[in-house]
Amino acid sequence: MNYLLRRLATFPLVLLGVSILVFVAIRMVPGDSITAMLGTEAGLLTPAQRDALAAYFGIDQPWFVQYWRWIGGILHGNFGISVTYGRPVLDVILERFPLTLELALLSMIIALAVGMPAGIHAATHNEKPSDLVVRIVAMIGQSTPSFVLGLLIIYTLSAGFGVLPAMGEFAPLWQDPLRNLSQLILPAITLGFAFAASVTRIARSAMLDVLSDDYVRTARSKGASARSVVWRHALPNALIPVVTLSGIEFGYLLGGAVIVEQIYALPGLGRMVLDAILQRDYALVQGSVLFIAFNFMIVNLLVDLAYVALDPRIRLGEQ
Amino acid sequence: MRILRAIFGHGSGRIGGVIVFVYLLLALLGLLGLTPHNPITQYRIDRLHAPGAAYWMGTDLFGRDVASRLMAGIGQSFTVAFFSVAFAALAGTVLGLAAAWLGRRWDGVVMRIMDVLLAFPAILLALLIVTVAGPGTWTSVVAIGIVYTPIFTRVVRGPALSLKTREFVDAARTFGSSSSYIVTRHLLLNLVAPLTVQVTLALAWALLTEAGLSFLGLGTQPPAASLGLMLSDSRNLMETAPWLMIFPGLAIMISILGFNLLGDALRDILDPRMRRAFA
Amino acid sequence: MTTLLSVSDLRVGFGRDPRANEVVRGVSFDVADGETLAIVGESGSGKSVTALSINRLVDFGGGRITGGSMKLKRADGTVFGLATATEPQLTGIRGAEIGMIFQEPMTSLNPVLTIGTQIEESFRLHRGLTGRQATVAAREALDRVRIPDAARRLKYTPNQLSGGMLQRVMIAIALACNPRLLIADEPTTALDVTVQAQIMALLAELKRESGMSMIFITHDIGLVAGIADKVMVMQNGQAVEQGELNQILDHPSHPYTQHLLRDVPHFAGGRAARADGQRDKTENAQPALKVEGLVVRFPLKSSFFSRATGAVHAVDGIDFDLMQGETLAIVGESGSGKSTTAKAVLGLVRSTRGSFSVASRMASAQRGAKPVQMVFQNPYASLNPRLSVESILAEPVIATVGRVDAQIRARMASLLERVGLPKNSLERYPHEFSGGQRQRLCIARALMLNPSVLVLDEAVSALDVSVQAKVLELLVDLQCEFGLAYLFISHDMAVVERIAHRIAVIYAGQIVEIGDAQSVLSQPRHSYTRKLIAAVPAIDRRHEHFEIDTRQVPSLVRPQGFEPGPARWERFGVDHLARMEA
Repeated sequence: MNYLLRRLATFPLVLLGVSILVFVAIRMVPGDSITAMLGTEAGLLTPAQRDALAAYFGIDQPWFVQYWRWIGGILHGNFGISVTYGRPVLDVILERFPLTLELALLSMIIALAVGMPAGIHAATHNEKPSDLVVRIVAMIGQSTPSFVLGLLIIYTLSAGFGVLPAMGEFAPLWQDPLRNLSQLILPAITLGFAFAASVTRIARSAMLDVLSDDYVRTARSKGASARSVVWRHALPNALIPVVTLSGIEFGYLLGGAVIVEQIYALPGLGRMVLDAILQRDYALVQGSVLFIAFNFMIVNLLVDLAYVALDPRIRLGEQ
Repeated sequence: MRILRAIFGHGSGRIGGVIVFVYLLLALLGLLGLTPHNPITQYRIDRLHAPGAAYWMGTDLFGRDVASRLMAGIGQSFTVAFFSVAFAALAGTVLGLAAAWLGRRWDGVVMRIMDVLLAFPAILLALLIVTVAGPGTWTSVVAIGIVYTPIFTRVVRGPALSLKTREFVDAARTFGSSSSYIVTRHLLLNLVAPLTVQVTLALAWALLTEAGLSFLGLGTQPPAASLGLMLSDSRNLMETAPWLMIFPGLAIMISILGFNLLGDALRDILDPRMRRAFA
Repeated sequence: MTTLLSVSDLRVGFGRDPRANEVVRGVSFDVADGETLAIVGESGSGKSVTALSINRLVDFGGGRITGGSMKLKRADGTVFGLATATEPQLTGIRGAEIGMIFQEPMTSLNPVLTIGTQIEESFRLHRGLTGRQATVAAREALDRVRIPDAARRLKYTPNQLSGGMLQRVMIAIALACNPRLLIADEPTTALDVTVQAQIMALLAELKRESGMSMIFITHDIGLVAGIADKVMVMQNGQAVEQGELNQILDHPSHPYTQHLLRDVPHFAGGRAARADGQRDKTENAQPALKVEGLVVRFPLKSSFFSRATGAVHAVDGIDFDLMQGETLAIVGESGSGKSTTAKAVLGLVRSTRGSFSVASRMASAQRGAKPVQMVFQNPYASLNPRLSVESILAEPVIATVGRVDAQIRARMASLLERVGLPKNSLERYPHEFSGGQRQRLCIARALMLNPSVLVLDEAVSALDVSVQAKVLELLVDLQCEFGLAYLFISHDMAVVERIAHRIAVIYAGQIVEIGDAQSVLSQPRHSYTRKLIAAVPAIDRRHEHFEIDTRQVPSLVRPQGFEPGPARWERFGVDHLARMEA
């Protein structure tokens, strides 16, 4: 457990760093936030009104006081008020999060369902024609940006079949599962394609490495069949790089797929952050970036837990 | 020379090498303004002209030549990619070497800072930096550079830590060699191979990120040409003028493919397990 | 006796064109029921490829059988052609009729599965046992290889067991289904000498119990004297000589076999100890290196925040002196603290306590003299692959004097010539040299600064046996020529016997016996020294059986503040001391 404890010990430290970074970054944006908030109307304010507003929002205080208040609020579940939505930041975030989570999960399922078998097949058929095909497709997949693929899909559908991807009002999963899936399947494929390609490549190379390990030779010397060698002896040892990669990609997807959400007009976390940045809704940017980083770190922690489950050497605090 | 021959002898290395070479040529021509047409001149009569003899890849909504804009865009994207990767590689190498060599507290401090940077999804961190500094070419360079610095730091630190325990470093200590001698001759010199691979792969990511930022309108600003921007502009004209989407899309994809192929080949060639044949 | 395995004109190749790239080139041999055949050769001789060809594991390493036949007589009396068998047929043979153990027990077991699961698999595959039955069978298999507390150990994963224990587990797996042939590919090379003796004893006993045949692959012809019936010597992919054990050992006919037996260091119980360079017995003789009360401890912390709760006592009070022109060998097994001692002398690890005094005979007279230099174990890791030989040799000079001039260049050339490297070596890179040549290069580098003491940390251990002999010869010549003092760290008694004037036996961080080499090797006094020497294989120890001793090396971890009691010594002659045992 030593390993996990060590990882846990750095967790608050990194979170603190993230929060300071976000806070300072936002304070470094040129222009004052009252002008940003009110736009041209700010010009109509008298200096006294301006000061009153500044005092109201607490921005007349030195930055560390502001930071302290912000953090204190967050610890009580208060992320502040979004100016554009006129609602608590956390409410806005939590409203968007289910879509982002679902999209990330769908993409990962596609990536693993396609990538794992493809990678294992390529590794066990090293240098054979099927390996070559898998490698070429994976290479192309990894080199295709999501926005290029997304646009290509939309174009093919509309030009080739005259259909448009289901857009319009987003339907949450629990209200209209069918409509929800029809809205999310194309974005999930768009994101899952490159993801699957990465999984394929890493699964292939990890399997190839493991298949030349000594203990695989031992298993063969026992008379284990080719299938048993791959699934029972090699695969568990090849999973760690796959878990690492999937964890990182999934963690990033939880931060919202800005571009794909933009292309498919989905109201996810990524687009919300982008809009917040463009609208200078600083409370929302600050809150959501912290939320995203926190999620990413949670996913990393889960990945560490998976290591511990997968490899007894890590469990015992080696490495 | 030996390495060029090795790349040429490697299946995917050959393809990747040719792609990268062609792109470098296009980028150079684009930057020097040696394009078929002026990339920002608006040929108003020829708006949305389909690809043909006059305009190889057609024209856009304002009657600008797509092929010329593509070349200028490649020049632009490659400039951002090269400078940002140079930034990240330099910063990452210095930080990674410092963390590995100084160890203890320094290592902890540097790596925790990198953890903080890594806790942001790449595009989000780039967005945040662009927000702070305002969109533009050099902002993109810095943003992408900072985003990839932690990756280079890790790529350098890991092998540097293991090199530090190698016997030739112990030997150097018994002679009383200075730290700077050990770090440059024994660590850095042995990191050239992994760094070369990483730089090549990072160029692919940098091109991707640059295109993404421009696509969102936070990278290169109009009227300058950029692949991401062109792609973004094509969205509303997809059905009437598909060439506006297809050419920049393919151009981005193939450039990334080229660097990925080259990077893979370099990894095969410079892989430590195969090092002896080429060292 | 009937023939179990008959191999004739076996050829194995690698790569795209296996026929053009043969590693085994026409090898023939027979193994009878219950017989042990030893295949002896150096690296590149094709001995391991031959072994892996028998159960066709070589297929998975990129090898192809390009010719010849291998006929195995199966349990039911039918003859099975191994060379032409298909993979599904072979899975029925492997494990059931041919078992195999490998060189590296640490990496040969699956790190994520318990050893119980890994043993049970054999029973599952060939006996169809499942669940409870399989567990019982696995426990019996562990009992059979004398692993104490077998029931509990079944639940261990490989990283929880020592190398010797893991090799026993490997044997348990290989012998689970009572194969009639066991292939052992250098099974003890990665192990300490006392553990090696235990494994050899175990193999001999199991062979007696089961009546199986064995093919034993090794580079050490001395090792097989204790176990083999027949010996086959391989060189460059061919069998240069084969015959009965005594025939080969006593009357070798091929020059290569003669070379292996005569020129390669074999342990001779002190008879081969050096007779030159008796130490200066006068009182005022100045030692080249004097070490007093050396202690190296590494504090142990249970977590980042807590205070040290104990310490690993890697070196716990070591004293010795080393005279000019003399070799002191520090002998011990892994974890004994011998390498830590060497590193502490060089300042590569911080010593907790103790003093060193170094007398440099030319001391201040010569610029840039560094009196103590070191040669490391692994010639592949101790030279920076990215630097030319010239830069490598220049490094010590740059570090001390700062400048390379014509005089230094002349010295480089003369040292290269002296250690027997070609003249044009300066512009070349380490990878262009063989292991032995690299080690010569390391020696030349260490001599660049005119040291008076050379610390040689397992300096010949990574080399092939015939290369070892040549490097040892060079070391002895250099010692005589330059009057160098050697601190020679080694686990290998045969090598130590050839180079040491004096020997210090180190065990659990302390010297247990020290003295004149001939005296220590021929009349060991301390119980550990006796055990160590008894475990060393030797050509004249034929069919000798060792006691199986499962005692573990004591833990070096001590509570915070622990100090060992003062050592009491017993004197056995002019220069021979042994620590008194409790």
